[in-house]
Amino acid sequence: MSVVTVQLGQCGNQIGHEVFSALCSDIRGTHGLCSKKENESYQDSCKERFFCEEESGVPIARAVLVDMEPKVISQTLSMAARSGHWKYNSHSHFCQKQGSGNNWANGYSVHGPRHKEAIMNLVQKEAEKCDRLGGFFTIMSMAGGTGSGLGAFVTQCLRDAFPTSFILNHVIWPYGTGEVIVQNYNSVLTLSHLYQSSDALLVHENDVIHKICAQLMNIKQISFRDVNQVIAHQLGSVFQPTHTAGEGSGYSRNSLGDLVETLVPHPEFKLLGLRNIPQMPENSLPYSTFSWPGLIKHLRQMLIANAKMEEGIDWQVRPPHAGSSMPCTNKPLHFNTSIANLVILRGKDVHGVDLGSFQDPSLYTSWLNPQDAFSAWKTPRAFNKYEKSASLVSNSQFLLKPLDSIVGKAWNMFASKAYLHQYTKFGIQEEDFLDCFTTLEQVISSYTNL
Amino acid sequence: MTQSVVVQVGQCGNQVGCRFWDLALREHAAVNKKGIYDEALSSFFRNVDTRSGDNGPDIYKGKICSLKARALLIDMEEGVVNEILQGPLRDVFDSKQLITDVSGSGNNWAVGHKIYGCQYRESIVEKLRKTAEHCDCLQCFFIIHSMGGGTGSGLGTFVLNLLEEEFPEVYRFVTSVYPSGEDDVITSPYNSVLAMKELNEHADCVLPIENESLFEIVNKIHQMINSGKLGSTVKQNSLVTSSAGTAKTLQEKPFDAMNNIIANLLLNLTSSARFEGSLNMDLNEISMNLVPFPRLHYLVSSLTPLYTLADVKVPSRRLDQMFSDAFSRDHQLIQADPKHSLYLACALLVRGNVQVSDLRRNIERLKPSLHFVSWNQEGWKTGLCSVPPVGHSHSLLALANNTCVKPTFIELKDRFMKLYKKKAHLHHYLQIDGMEQSCFSEAISSLSDLIEEYDELDATKGGPRIDPSRLKIAV
Repeated sequence: MSVVTVQLGQCGNQIGHEVFSALCSDIRGTHGLCSKKENESYQDSCKERFFCEEESGVPIARAVLVDMEPKVISQTLSMAARSGHWKYNSHSHFCQKQGSGNNWANGYSVHGPRHKEAIMNLVQKEAEKCDRLGGFFTIMSMAGGTGSGLGAFVTQCLRDAFPTSFILNHVIWPYGTGEVIVQNYNSVLTLSHLYQSSDALLVHENDVIHKICAQLMNIKQISFRDVNQVIAHQLGSVFQPTHTAGEGSGYSRNSLGDLVETLVPHPEFKLLGLRNIPQMPENSLPYSTFSWPGLIKHLRQMLIANAKMEEGIDWQVRPPHAGSSMPCTNKPLHFNTSIANLVILRGKDVHGVDLGSFQDPSLYTSWLNPQDAFSAWKTPRAFNKYEKSASLVSNSQFLLKPLDSIVGKAWNMFASKAYLHQYTKFGIQEEDFLDCFTTLEQVISSYTNL
Repeated sequence: MTQSVVVQVGQCGNQVGCRFWDLALREHAAVNKKGIYDEALSSFFRNVDTRSGDNGPDIYKGKICSLKARALLIDMEEGVVNEILQGPLRDVFDSKQLITDVSGSGNNWAVGHKIYGCQYRESIVEKLRKTAEHCDCLQCFFIIHSMGGGTGSGLGTFVLNLLEEEFPEVYRFVTSVYPSGEDDVITSPYNSVLAMKELNEHADCVLPIENESLFEIVNKIHQMINSGKLGSTVKQNSLVTSSAGTAKTLQEKPFDAMNNIIANLLLNLTSSARFEGSLNMDLNEISMNLVPFPRLHYLVSSLTPLYTLADVKVPSRRLDQMFSDAFSRDHQLIQADPKHSLYLACALLVRGNVQVSDLRRNIERLKPSLHFVSWNQEGWKTGLCSVPPVGHSHSLLALANNTCVKPTFIELKDRFMKLYKKKAHLHHYLQIDGMEQSCFSEAISSLSDLIEEYDELDATKGGPRIDPSRLKIAV
């Protein structure tokens, strides 16, 4: 089943380009480390999912590019075409001239309704090209005006137009110390609106990825391109084909749907965090060896201790004793409670790996059986030159603190009424803000009380 | 891509404007090697087919034929505009973009605003409409003027009013040169305060500039060049004050070096809108992020580096120095010290080979020494543009919404009151049709209110931080 990607705003388009590049370079790579048959099956599955074939043989990404100003889209289209290995459909983009001025209200209330028809037409065309539509993947940042405001509006339109399709929003959380001064307002408005129409929100935080670039990838002068490439690698590690139903079964047909159904049992809990290990500079790869037990152990501790990357994991944190009924106030500090987890393993000898430690009931809330709360997808086909690669997509308290921090800062600014005139002039009133704050405080409360 | 129109009013406005167009051409020439009329050029220039005379049609793509500035030149004396039209930039402007008169405004705001305003209203509107029609998507008007005289100050603010009426959706960015204490125009405080009221009410963003600061910067650069620091030479065309590499002028005019700084300010401000980068910052974003309350729209600016040394390598220490300089007192374009006052918001627009990690490192480094208002502790807006200015490998423009503008306004108010109490020269104004005592009292009251708003914010500085309590959810 195919996934249609909608790239929104500067961030969405820059990341989208890196994602398709990473997917394409992965399937073209010769480091699959598996049988030819397996490799071909993998390539076909990936191509069906993300690309459509053209007579010239150059795969065309199943994507719609949207931005309210032209520079980024034109750069993105030309960079893709120059690669020679894949490209975008030259008609599947929509842009305007003025941008959204970092104003969520402008993106949502002005650009959204004005350009709804044009954008949805493009999406419809891409959807029709799919033999079977698996769902939509939108990429956006929450800090600016287009990705955030127009993105929220488009997500709503997608939900209205395709009520039975899965919608997964990939949301980039900005650096804590500012890229945009009104980023906290834009974030609060975005998250609260997305929560209504989206099936799940997969989150990447710029601060976290930046640290990975600095400490794990050893990049000296980190550019946004570096950050985006790490994000693309992590996304690829989730979305490339896997066998969801155990060894011997074919590649899963419905990755988006499987992901959402596995991880979001309750509509109040839609925030998904992503961890991927190992992560290192490409030239170190030949000198490193990994063992599955080692990777699994690290990944599990990263989950429990809410570590953002493989360095600096707090090994002191332990899950509460299984079996005893613990009121949440007595849970050990810093312990990250999960609702559901998904582990994805790619590489050599993957089918014998023991994942029992992830099925420990003490990791989870009591609503689901641990068997249902945990899923594992595997493939022996190595990903992106990593001999072994393990990813964790988690619906847990991972994002509680960052969310609380954003809401706190936004509330602080809201109390002084700073910048509100910029939003009210486009139709977002104080009451609208209050509604959004209420929605998010509810989400924070729900996650806190797990 | 959007377009912007520059409206230069009065002697100062036109002299600065002239420098702006010169440097803009130079910048685009350095980037646009193939002579193709591209989107970046279109933001300030039209491409006109002049083979059939000046009234030829616009060419939207393809080779550059004849570039015409999207500008309106207004002056009530002919001297400055005539000089421009006889100088090397004569082909960049066409006669339909000019509005001139003969006798000047006599350093009288009322003459500029009321008399000439009334007289030339229709003509100004018509020419503005014409320039707007040539634009595919007009985003912003840049007004350049001085506050202390009669034309720039009076007629300039009249035009500002007009722009709000006729083009309410288009942003109005005003670059205002404020008079110094030793200004030789006695009535400059009157003119400035009367103009301030208009800026308060009708401008989206104001970039105040003080001649003293420009003068100090120019001196600093001369000292640097003449001191001949060991081993390093300053790249001539990297001076933020230089016209090196532009159309040759036999003798640089006295204010040219200072005006080049303002011209560079405008170029840097619009660079991210014109050229690509990994984190774009458009003009509407500047207004959105830096203006938390409608009247507090005065932005203190600083440009670094003032020059680059001929050494090619840029170690990150030098890069960091650029960031530190941007916050130092002697790089600000008004006499102010932002470090010791309160920041409401700050924007950093970096050009050239600078990445997000350099930006973050410096923000982390500088943050502890800066005071931000309690509700905007992380009040940073950042932009990264890949194209550096001519002669530099990288540059930084810092825009601060900071209470350090307050002393400038207070001084202005004091100088005004000194004259006003004695009713000195008042009759020159009151005899103008449409001027009354109330114009003065309203103007000074508007300025006082503004100062009070800054006072209230300053009062919160350094106080205990009490975060408002969050919404409670019933579990």
